[in-house]
Amino acid sequence: MSRLQTKLPGLTLKNPIMPASGCFGFGREFSGLYDLSVLGAIMIKATTEEPRFGNPTPRVAETPGGMLNAIGLQNPGLEKVVGNEIPWLSQFDVPIIANVAGSQVEDYVEVARTISKSEYVQALELNISCPNVKTGGIAFGTVPETAKHLTKKVKEVSDVPVYVKLSPNVSNIVEMAKAVEDGGADGLTMINTLLGMRIDLKTGKPILANRTGGLSGPAIKPVAIRMIYEVSQQTTLPIIGMGGISTVEDILEFYMAGASAVAVGTANFANPFICPELIEELDAYLIEHNIDHISDLTGRSWNKDGKRTYHCS
Amino acid sequence: MIKKEWMTVLSQKSIAKNIYELTLEGELVQEMNEPGRFVHLKVNGQMMPLLRRPISIASIDQANSRFTMIYRAEGEGTKLLAEKKAGDTVDVLGPLGNGFPIEEAQPGETAILVGGGIGVPPLYELSKRLNERGVKTIHVLGFQSANVAFYMEKFSELGETYAATVDGTLGTKGFVTDAIHQYNLQADILYSCGPVSMLKALEGLHLTKKGFISLEERMGCGIGACFACVCHTQNDPTGTEYRKVCSDGPVFPIGEVAL
Ligand SMILES: Cc1cc2nc3c(=O)[nH]c(=O)nc-3n(C[C@H](O)[C@H](O)[C@H](O)COP(=O)(O)OP(=O)(O)OC[C@H]3O[C@@H](n4cnc5c(N)ncnc54)[C@H](O)[C@@H]3O)c2cc1C
Ligand SMILES: Cc1cc2nc3c(=O)[nH]c(=O)nc-3n(C[C@H](O)[C@H](O)[C@H](O)COP(=O)(O)O)c2cc1C
Ligand code: FES
Repeated sequence: MSRLQTKLPGLTLKNPIMPASGCFGFGREFSGLYDLSVLGAIMIKATTEEPRFGNPTPRVAETPGGMLNAIGLQNPGLEKVVGNEIPWLSQFDVPIIANVAGSQVEDYVEVARTISKSEYVQALELNISCPNVKTGGIAFGTVPETAKHLTKKVKEVSDVPVYVKLSPNVSNIVEMAKAVEDGGADGLTMINTLLGMRIDLKTGKPILANRTGGLSGPAIKPVAIRMIYEVSQQTTLPIIGMGGISTVEDILEFYMAGASAVAVGTANFANPFICPELIEELDAYLIEHNIDHISDLTGRSWNKDGKRTYHCS
Repeated sequence: MIKKEWMTVLSQKSIAKNIYELTLEGELVQEMNEPGRFVHLKVNGQMMPLLRRPISIASIDQANSRFTMIYRAEGEGTKLLAEKKAGDTVDVLGPLGNGFPIEEAQPGETAILVGGGIGVPPLYELSKRLNERGVKTIHVLGFQSANVAFYMEKFSELGETYAATVDGTLGTKGFVTDAIHQYNLQADILYSCGPVSMLKALEGLHLTKKGFISLEERMGCGIGACFACVCHTQNDPTGTEYRKVCSDGPVFPIGEVAL
């Protein structure tokens, strides 16, 4: 599967397919279903300094071709994640990308500092785009100056490369991407969920206890494709693309838009074996179509000579 | 072990208004060892509906690799499921969660099984297993109305069976708790599945020393990875302690989780 080998800042991946943060916990449950070592990497659930219970239930609602979630960053807190979850996950031969969240700059900095010192963590994913918490989260992801400042602060303390996860809930995604690039980001992951709502016709009230939630799944794929297409032409940062991926065709589309790797979120719920299946199928597709390397496709939609657009030596 | 299998529909029939009994066949049945666990069904191979639907295992026939579910066709997913015919296939993930502990009831003891609406189905396999174990079972089944009631006879074959309906068209008029009072029902252990309001009322009755309840919550993954189905514990009702209904439950000892 050398066609799939992918190098990104801090990450040497067997293949470019990984589960997205929040859709895979810390890997324990899925480890009972298949060998996690087949994955390109694992993006673990958002970690905050203190343990969080998250929002009241219902926390999920189905939508046409998608779902809303308002989990509210439930997690056992920095100490347990670094002390138990990450060391446990390290038994698998798979790079760990730690998703860092907080409600103020100091929280992010503290989590980033500690978690990046774990010998098992290869990169951070800075979650400045969670729509489901009252403070922080999305605020950092919608104001370019704030995002840049936060990225800079986190970069100062992180021992590993920092990927910033962009929110689609902005009118100018390129501006956000450039701001975090200026702040020193090593890469981008995009997109997080789109803010949405559903109303229960019987009660006349929102289905989610939190009222609003983040939309994910196939329904958001065109938004992700458009944003990656725009951003990849305007920054030199590698992009890990996500948003509605459930087939090999989806992955090809993300690459052609400008992605250098991909993450699969919601699709893990419909089919918990989706990641290993896609890894096999993508390799078979490349062989069948005589494509030497998956990265040959990156940016094909806008890059006329179809050359690799991103190299990490 | 949790498996995913395309199982074959052996039969599907309507047994009450909008209530269907669906029997599937496949190897996955060999993994079904406990009453009260559930399966997560994908009703078609498409993006709509996107998510799986959690449905309880109502009865297990391992010798013939079959199991039966009983469900209400209500929304998009369950309505599509109701269209399945013998020979069709269904994408099943399971068995999931932890079921009712039958070893908590000793032979010779009496167990009271209280179900409400679509919470009734998992009690059927439970009752069969308790009876095999020499535990006497009493069943109290609550429904909205007689036209949505089901399995009264099947439960009657296993032990005393009482019905309660909100409109009084079958059995006691009112709730299951009204039937329990009316007949002054006593038991050593309680097993229950149904709406939270019913479970709460039962908890308040302190009918038995020991009891186990099965909860419902909207789910994402169904296997414990997404934190969609989380509830607080009674020890720490506003703190960060939690249980996941899908993987720690859906069955919990009475008093463990905050209702
Ligand atoms: C552990 C468990 C066991 C269950 N066992 C049974 C059973 O044996 N028989 C039966 O009829 N029903 C059972 N249910 C309820 C059943 O899952 C819902 O009725 C069903 O998911 C509704 O799907 P729909 O397509 O009709 O509705 P839609 O409105 O289309 O559903 C939309 C979304 O909401 C979810 N949802 C809606 N209502 C419920 C609910 N009450 N509980 C959980 N999720 C819900 C759906 O799963 C789906 O994700 C069980 C639920 C749980 C959690
Ligand atoms: C239930 C759920 C929980 C999520 N939790 C997180 C999280 O903790 N941190 C984060 O950065 N993104 C989180 N996300 C967003 C996903 O990582 C991903 O960006 C988004 O869902 C789009 O991809 P998808 O359409 O493949 O799911 C979550 C998504 C879902 C559905
Ligand atoms: S449904 Fe995902 S954790 Fe329970």
